[in-house]
Amino acid sequence: MIDTGAIGPLVSLALDATMAMLGVALILNLFRLIRGPTVADRILSLDTLYINTVAVLILFGIRMNTVIYFEAALVIAMLGFVGTVALSKYVMRRDIIE
Amino acid sequence: MSGASAIDILIAALLLIGGFFSLVGSIGLAKLSDFLKRLHGPTKATTLGVGGILLASIVHHSLLGDGLGLREILVTLFLFLTAPVSAHVMARAAMASDPAAKPPPVPSKRNED
Repeated sequence: MIDTGAIGPLVSLALDATMAMLGVALILNLFRLIRGPTVADRILSLDTLYINTVAVLILFGIRMNTVIYFEAALVIAMLGFVGTVALSKYVMRRDIIE
Repeated sequence: MSGASAIDILIAALLLIGGFFSLVGSIGLAKLSDFLKRLHGPTKATTLGVGGILLASIVHHSLLGDGLGLREILVTLFLFLTAPVSAHVMARAAMASDPAAKPPPVPSKRNED
């Protein structure tokens, strides 16, 4: 079992429930990523996937009682936004840097 | 750990609200029928869900951990600023790749009656 440190039993239970919800959410995003009929659907599901990944990393930071995962969350948030804009630009104009 | 304090209850409630909204956004992404309908789920509900989880994390780390950090506020600010921009860009990409996805123009009032 993971050492919960300063986390009380209520917060620990809520963390487990939220992690389960986000796991289901990630599976649904993956379903849309594979199934998505158009390119825009896949871009949208990748966008949702990175936002949910940020949430999972932050939950893991609460669970481990550390702030080290915020750096990873920040990097994923910034690069994910740049990736979304670059993919959408490419679909729009077939060119990223004009 | 003797009982649940008010901070624990607050953190647990924020976590559950955040997880619920993330799940609702992803269900909307998976189940709705049209791309422009699907765009609504993730861009609003999921952003709110991540906001709730980040708020829970801010409360937890500032009250039980080692002080209020700049990075979690930065992540919150960044996600809330970039979500509408990326939604706008994705909607334009969808319309550029498939002109049939464009919704019909709103009829003017003069032609309506």
